[in-house]
Amino acid sequence: MIEVRHISKSFDGEQVLNDISVSFEQGKTNLIIGKSGSGKTVLLKCIIGLHEVDQGEIYYSGNNFTAMNIMDKKKVRQKFGMLFQGGALFDSLTVEENVRFKLDMFTGMTTREKQERVDFCLKRVNLENKNDLYPAELSGGMKKRVAIARAIVLNPRYLFCDEPNSGLDPQTAILIDKLIIEITEEFNMTTIVNTHDINSVMEMGDKVVYIDKGKKWWEGSNLDILNTDNEELNNFLFANKMVRQLKNINDSRQ
Amino acid sequence: MIILQHIGRYSLLIKRAFARPEKHKMYYFRLIREMEALGINSVGIVAIISFFMGAVITIQTAYNTENPLLPTYLIGLAARDSILLEFSSTIVALILAGKVGSRIASEIGTMRVTEQIDALEIMGINSASYLILPKIVAFMILAPFLSVLSMVVGIFGGWIAGVSAGVVSTADYVYGIRFAFIPYYIVYSLIKSVIFAFLIATISAYHGYYTSGGALEVGRSSTLAVVHSSVFILLFNLILTQLLLS
Ligand SMILES: Nc1ncnc2c1ncn2[C@@H]1O[C@H](COP(=O)(O)OP(=O)(O)OP(=O)(O)O)[C@@H](O)[C@H]1O
Ligand SMILES: [Mg+2]
Repeated sequence: MIEVRHISKSFDGEQVLNDISVSFEQGKTNLIIGKSGSGKTVLLKCIIGLHEVDQGEIYYSGNNFTAMNIMDKKKVRQKFGMLFQGGALFDSLTVEENVRFKLDMFTGMTTREKQERVDFCLKRVNLENKNDLYPAELSGGMKKRVAIARAIVLNPRYLFCDEPNSGLDPQTAILIDKLIIEITEEFNMTTIVNTHDINSVMEMGDKVVYIDKGKKWWEGSNLDILNTDNEELNNFLFANKMVRQLKNINDSRQ
Repeated sequence: MIILQHIGRYSLLIKRAFARPEKHKMYYFRLIREMEALGINSVGIVAIISFFMGAVITIQTAYNTENPLLPTYLIGLAARDSILLEFSSTIVALILAGKVGSRIASEIGTMRVTEQIDALEIMGINSASYLILPKIVAFMILAPFLSVLSMVVGIFGGWIAGVSAGVVSTADYVYGIRFAFIPYYIVYSLIKSVIFAFLIATISAYHGYYTSGGALEVGRSSTLAVVHSSVFILLFNLILTQLLLS
């Protein structure tokens, strides 16, 4: 469970987040949606503490993360798994070394145990026999999958994904979405996903938060979305005319 | 004002870099890698440049002292002192600022703009210490060796050039090399090379670490790293010469 209470953030006088409060539940895939430039990445980075907030607090399982000292923050962060918008795989390490990285840094596992864990995670994301390739030798979708494998290798309690399927074809995108939902349930994680992809919203929105211009405008489940009359949200999600008409038909039927 | 800001941020970064490493085994592993990347790969360029500079210094000294009153062994002596005092530490450091400095800045800068540094931080790893400390230590360990290499190759280059140009005989050159030799000059030069190595590694790491933007900014950071490292090498050369030789 992650609680965000009244956070605000500005860069050089420009307000990017404005008094946002929201809570994200365990075992669920929570979505943050919004237009490009609406502040999704900044919000996520504030939640994980990469940006310091100007105001407000973030609570992890009831503990005030914002007020913690560096050592305590580090401990909480070791329970994080994070998927960056660009993948952020370590260029100088192979796929296998990337996934194994946290095991090397934080555990006293034997080489054999590590190997088993790495193989398990890579298999979990359907990526086998690519162990010795470098990130530069992978396709975009493969990179995302390696990044997921790296994120889950230490059984995180919290998983953060910044646009996990941007730049992927719809089918691969859905595969990645499914993967995120499955591992969230499997390991009972609290997952937060940034996206502006309507497919993802329908696929995995246990809870959806819509933000625009740094403010929260709406929250609910993906089923609520179909019935909402929030004009802003409808315009954002159903920008495509045809989809819009389909939704209208659906609305009038009810 | 901006300079003070830079110095403040630089000091904080270096302080963070010297924190206790998360996992010693990983640290040694990285140290070895960095020693290879920064030091061993610089052996070639240091050797080539030292050889030719030694040769040029010798020949120039010879032509500038073409006076029957001056004994030719002075050629060996002058070449030795220029190489030991300035060339093997300062000039080599300036060359390494170009090679190693730009490499450190662009590597760390790229990691910054592609969020790899954020990824480290999110894992709960002190990115400054993980990335920068092994580079500083590796380069400081190897710099004296590069300096000694430069001395040996430079003096060797002077001998080859002097003898083949017919300006000095082997016997005179060797006599000059050994004449009034002050071993402290070698210590002086090695101390300088270690301090210059620290400057190059930390200044370049600083520019890389605080890169923001994209590929273009990485290029700019790496240029700044080379320029600032060079300026500080020259400044510290002056200070150290005063401190160590006066
Ligand atoms: N480090 C920063 N310094 C200054 N301004 C920033 C910084 N990061 C983000 N911003 C500004 O904050 C606003 C929100 O950016 P953000 O990256 O959160 O958008 P986003 O919703 O993630 O967009 P996208 O969907 O395109 O990724 C933008 O106007 C951006 O210019
Ligand atoms: Mg974003």
